[in-house]
Amino acid sequence: MKLTLHVWRQKNAQDQGRMVRYEVPGVNEHMSFLEMLDVLNEGLIEKGEDPIAFDHDCREGICGMCGFMINGKAHGGFKGTTVCQLHMRHFKDGDELYLEPWRAAAFPVVKDLVVNRSSFDRIIAVGGFISVPTGSAPDGNAIPVQKQDADLAMDAAACIGCGACIAACPNAAAALFVSAKISHLAHLPQGQAERDRRALAMVRQMNREGFANCTNIGECEAACPKQISLEVIAQANADYIKAAFTERPETVSGGVG
Amino acid sequence: MELISNVPAGPIEKSWETHKFGLKLVNPANKRKFTIIMVGTGLAGGSAAASLGELGYRVDCFCFQDSPRRAHSIAAQGGINAAKNYHNDGDSVYRLFYDTVKGGDFRSREANVYRLAQVSVNIIDQCVAQGVPFAREYGGLLDNRSFGGAQVSRTFYARGQTGQQLLLGAYQALERQVGLGSVKMYPRTEMLDLIVIDGHARGIVTRSLNDGKVSVHFGDAVVLATGGYGNVFYLSTNAKGSNATAIWRAYKRGALFANPCFTQIHPTCIPVSGDYQSKLTLMSESLRNDGRIWVPKSAGDKRNPASIPEDQRDYYLERRYPSFGNLVPRDIASRAAKAVCDEGRGVGETGLGVFLDFSDALKRLGAQKIAERYGNLFEMYERITGEDPYKVPMRIFPATHYTMGGLWVDYNLMSTIPGLFVLGEANFSDHGANRLGASALMQGLADGYFIVPYTIGSYLANTKHEKYSEDAPAVQEAVANANAITRKLLNASGKRTVDSYHRELGKILWEYSGMSRNAAGLKKAAGMVAELREDYWRNVRVLGSNEEFNQSLEKASRVADFFELGELMCTDALQRNESCGGHFREEYQTPDGEALRDDANYAYVAAWQFRGAGRPASLTKEPLVFNYVKPSQRSYK
Repeated sequence: MKLTLHVWRQKNAQDQGRMVRYEVPGVNEHMSFLEMLDVLNEGLIEKGEDPIAFDHDCREGICGMCGFMINGKAHGGFKGTTVCQLHMRHFKDGDELYLEPWRAAAFPVVKDLVVNRSSFDRIIAVGGFISVPTGSAPDGNAIPVQKQDADLAMDAAACIGCGACIAACPNAAAALFVSAKISHLAHLPQGQAERDRRALAMVRQMNREGFANCTNIGECEAACPKQISLEVIAQANADYIKAAFTERPETVSGGVG
Repeated sequence: MELISNVPAGPIEKSWETHKFGLKLVNPANKRKFTIIMVGTGLAGGSAAASLGELGYRVDCFCFQDSPRRAHSIAAQGGINAAKNYHNDGDSVYRLFYDTVKGGDFRSREANVYRLAQVSVNIIDQCVAQGVPFAREYGGLLDNRSFGGAQVSRTFYARGQTGQQLLLGAYQALERQVGLGSVKMYPRTEMLDLIVIDGHARGIVTRSLNDGKVSVHFGDAVVLATGGYGNVFYLSTNAKGSNATAIWRAYKRGALFANPCFTQIHPTCIPVSGDYQSKLTLMSESLRNDGRIWVPKSAGDKRNPASIPEDQRDYYLERRYPSFGNLVPRDIASRAAKAVCDEGRGVGETGLGVFLDFSDALKRLGAQKIAERYGNLFEMYERITGEDPYKVPMRIFPATHYTMGGLWVDYNLMSTIPGLFVLGEANFSDHGANRLGASALMQGLADGYFIVPYTIGSYLANTKHEKYSEDAPAVQEAVANANAITRKLLNASGKRTVDSYHRELGKILWEYSGMSRNAAGLKKAAGMVAELREDYWRNVRVLGSNEEFNQSLEKASRVADFFELGELMCTDALQRNESCGGHFREEYQTPDGEALRDDANYAYVAAWQFRGAGRPASLTKEPLVFNYVKPSQRSYK
């Protein structure tokens, strides 16, 4: 099949950027979307033109590195599918596709379809963890976890940090990403000691990074390639509100013993 | 050169305990005076950076991806082994040790493997405490499943995403240290050279992938945890970015490279569909529990599988290995698939595929039970191939998956360059000639959480540290070397793309140095690779400049190293005149086609030393002694 692509080309963060049209003949239905771009890029290099930059790594839908908008939909809008696992059999001859990077103030464009998502790392660094230095853990079976809790924790922990939720959200809110981590750890007994601190710190960092507020539209859930449920946002909101009302300044008393 | 493994004397059960006690310690207040450079943030690098940061060291940590959470450990599906014996089924540290040495076809170092089995139990505890959502039973306790090469249930798992969950645990611990200021993270930064001063590793030269800026980073020790080199074959189950540049450039600075020809070809991957193919996708080994592998009995039978009657099918694994059947180890299953395809009995358009058929299991257990066990894998298969495995048999074919070879390390995980430590898949030490399923995650986390944090302290405490300036000749030379490679690639201004070369290199290695090898083919391949490499430097086309985000340039520099490594793999495979594990030399097989080891002459680690461009590498042997697990012919019949 033959496709027409309109691709966002932007040399670097300072460049204005623009859409450029490309014809891609000879697309095979078994190719992945990224393999189709590989073929286009090989042709561009042979012609001496700058290939299109896009992020990708594992190409099996788990590393979260790839992702861009296809016709306004994150990862192309196919249920539970990242763009690296999207195959060309879903398209037809003559289709015209518009490819754009994730658009969000907190995700500045690096080049073409590549954006900077380091804000995600900074949100995890303020509280998206359980503080357990290496070697200080009790026996694994000393902490029983109800099967249902373990399953719900796993549902939330499946987040791959790709950023599709932000790109799909009209507000560019990071609620689904942040709440998935809060919810994962809140479902486990190991996560209780820092539960309040975690919710407060992560939400505050999210705001500092320039992500807007969630208004419960639900585009994030629809776009999430790991199908993480909006329920996690409800849970994280509850945790945040409770923590905000009961927050106390940290005491430094105690002194030397 | 003599290789000193530093394995402590005495009974193996006490080796690690004794050794740890003998290691010199760094005073807590002094730890912050030391800087450790960590390259790679997968299970090994991420867990090591976090643990070293917790101890109080300053850690500068590098990854080429946009975030440490992307490292390819994340893609591991099946699980992680640990000798917990939670199921009372006879598991023990000794049994895990035994299975791993035997599974590796007696080409690994006993003491390292024993230690790995010992710390496996601590890994599970650590990960549970971090909040890794392992599968649970209704009573709230941890669940286990079985994997190939073992007769006990010792594999812990988190659905089909165990690697992801373990990596996120390590990543979160790492980010905690970033938040506390003990670890500084450099994402989208690639190591281009190792700085060696007075014989010790003292830093690295890096290139920022954002803007091409070349920088020098000094450290009191350098740790490489950069994964395997499976992408030398172009098509593999590795991530597209996985590369050998860090370990290869360390090799060129004097670190010995051990057993480069030991590569693992995984039997159950989705077959290649065309020339545009960019990578191969693994289907978990667990599928072989319920799927039956077969091909038509007669060559060229292209009928729809459903219309091939039972008596015209060859369930070749069940036929050749009646006692293990479809669950033989990976190396054996892969070779058997190649054999039937070579006979012209392969299936699918290309003839390079075999059926993995669930119809019997579907009849026996029903679709719902199968969906519970393998639903996510069936979905992934359908997403990629467009075929529904509930209705038609899967088509699978072997693909490069893991590399057992890597930089040589001693018992302290230190390479032949003092101060250079190597962890995880990047080193050679624990899996011999074949790795068992669910053992890669175990080794990465063992090295990172529980081994290097001890051994690196002793090195730091025993070494005199001076401050160096960037003007030091060794530093200038390393920077100049990194810049020269970049310039040479950009200036070649030839006609062919990097990928087209890489694909051709991969085809040569797959053909002559893949699932089976022979002396004539290996010699031919080494020549072809050398010729292609010459052509590469003259005729490759890399557009753009160094001072920008330039993905072609990144690839070009990595592929340049793959050429040299590919040649060394052929050299290594040629000198090893025996078959063992994943290394199958056609000249050395039993009458019924199984691998024939030669323990009298080849029970050693082959460690290669770089002697300058254009000169053959020199071979040093570390003899392997088996005091506990007596080498025997592996039999799965």
